[in-house]
Amino acid sequence: MDAETETRIVQWRGYLARRGALSTDDVVELEEHLREHVHKLEAAGLAPDEAFLIGVNRIGRIDDLAREYAREHSERLWKQLVAEDARPGQRGGGLQALMLACLAAVAVKAPALVGVGVDGPGMDFLVRNAAVLVLPFLAAFFLIRRRARVGTVIAVASGFAAIAALLNLYPFVPWGSTALVAAMHGGVALWLVTGLAYANGDARSSSARMDFIRFTGEWFVYVVLLGLGGGVLAALTVGVFAAVGLDPTTFVVEWMLPCGAAGAAVIAAWLVEAKQSVIENIAPVLTRVFTPMFTLLLVAFIVAAALQGSLIEDGRELLIVFDLVLLVVAGLLLYSISARTPSAPPSWFEWVQFVMIVAALAVDILVLAAMVGRIGEFGASANRLASLGVNLVLVANLVGAGWLQLRFIAGRAGFGQLERWQTGFVPVYLGWSAFVIVAFPPLFSFA
Amino acid sequence: MRIGKDLTAAAATPLVLGILAEGDSYGYAIIQRVGELSGGELDFSDGMLYPLLHRLERLGHVEASWGTSPEGRRRKIYRLTGPGTAALAEHRAQWAVVGRALQRAWGPGRTPLALGEA
Repeated sequence: MDAETETRIVQWRGYLARRGALSTDDVVELEEHLREHVHKLEAAGLAPDEAFLIGVNRIGRIDDLAREYAREHSERLWKQLVAEDARPGQRGGGLQALMLACLAAVAVKAPALVGVGVDGPGMDFLVRNAAVLVLPFLAAFFLIRRRARVGTVIAVASGFAAIAALLNLYPFVPWGSTALVAAMHGGVALWLVTGLAYANGDARSSSARMDFIRFTGEWFVYVVLLGLGGGVLAALTVGVFAAVGLDPTTFVVEWMLPCGAAGAAVIAAWLVEAKQSVIENIAPVLTRVFTPMFTLLLVAFIVAAALQGSLIEDGRELLIVFDLVLLVVAGLLLYSISARTPSAPPSWFEWVQFVMIVAALAVDILVLAAMVGRIGEFGASANRLASLGVNLVLVANLVGAGWLQLRFIAGRAGFGQLERWQTGFVPVYLGWSAFVIVAFPPLFSFA
Repeated sequence: MRIGKDLTAAAATPLVLGILAEGDSYGYAIIQRVGELSGGELDFSDGMLYPLLHRLERLGHVEASWGTSPEGRRRKIYRLTGPGTAALAEHRAQWAVVGRALQRAWGPGRTPLALGEA
């Protein structure tokens, strides 16, 4: 191959490498293809430059190629934002986010204008409606940003309207457990409805769901960071004004914290969208650090319980604690799946994850057995049944995930099956939440 | 005769699986084989083959490993897996049904179709 063709191939490889949707290995693979083709054409008697042109042409336009790769490897798009040119209007949006954040802050305080204070029944209303007041602005942010179709907007809006109606038209006893259970499950359901806006209505697509899962994790990291900063700001505000003999506690508690939290929810979403590449390196690191630690915790707990001889001493809050354990395990699993390079072969980390799943399930089965007995003994309350339901949903998820994990480690299943198991579970979460919101309050007479 | 885009896309997966069933292969050789098998009539852009291969890899239908070309450059070799063989059988069964249906719809004595073998 002559020097000029060599230069051209190197140049062409450079163009490819700049596309985030193509990994280094992909570029190597395509370059090898091009070289072999050019070689064949030259051997057939074509001039080197002709051979190069035909070879490059056969591979296709780089734009088309990048788009095709991006469709298959959406996780790379997430990192590299190569679709910039494919999705105009995606950059920026800071002003929109700021305005929507302000509106969310106003929405949180709006009930106060019509006399719903933060004391007594007013607080009950605010806690029940926190998600209903804030998340519409997050959804609106995505709908505007994605230039959503009317159908999507209607679907998202009706989801919000239905849940808001249920939470406010049911005659809840103030501070009753059904009100809290419904509010929590309402939050989950509304988050998933927001996901519909995030995916621009494409709720059936497995990769869109995975993107939303990824988004949820990154959003959570940003909210925690913003929350830490906000906490410092609030503490300093109190301290500084106390120094001059003023007490800003009322302002901080009634205005700064609720408005700040509402605004942070929207701002965090914008940060995830705008600065994906900043945080994306943190996600895999976090899961790698905490997965072994949680595995150790669970194994240590099993050993401790065996030495103590009894698992259930004071089991009142036990199920809720273990719901949290399962939630963290499922979250770590989900988060590392969403951050993983799908084509990488199984490694030691997949084994650790497998041990974590098995340990979590072993612990949970012991707890479940004890709790079912407890419900039989003391009767079913809304709290107990709701935590039992969450527990069963998560156990079902982890059993499937563990089984696929084992097959994946053994080389009998592709990583895509693990992904699809998790994304396929999203409707189950939505279904269970919706069921709890609709059925639990009347079943337990709104107590 | 040019085969339309949709039909090419539909035929690509079973064709690639079928070629890999003949033996392990790599991108350029697969493209060449597609050309041979279709007498040059089935034309999919070389670059599009790789995202397809990567999808099949993710689904567990093929597995890839790095080898070396005779010139000493790195080359990605694809091999059909157990699930891939099953998927190929499924594709063949489906195409056979489509082929038979088309033959019946168009009646005997007209353009003969050999889709059943695709």
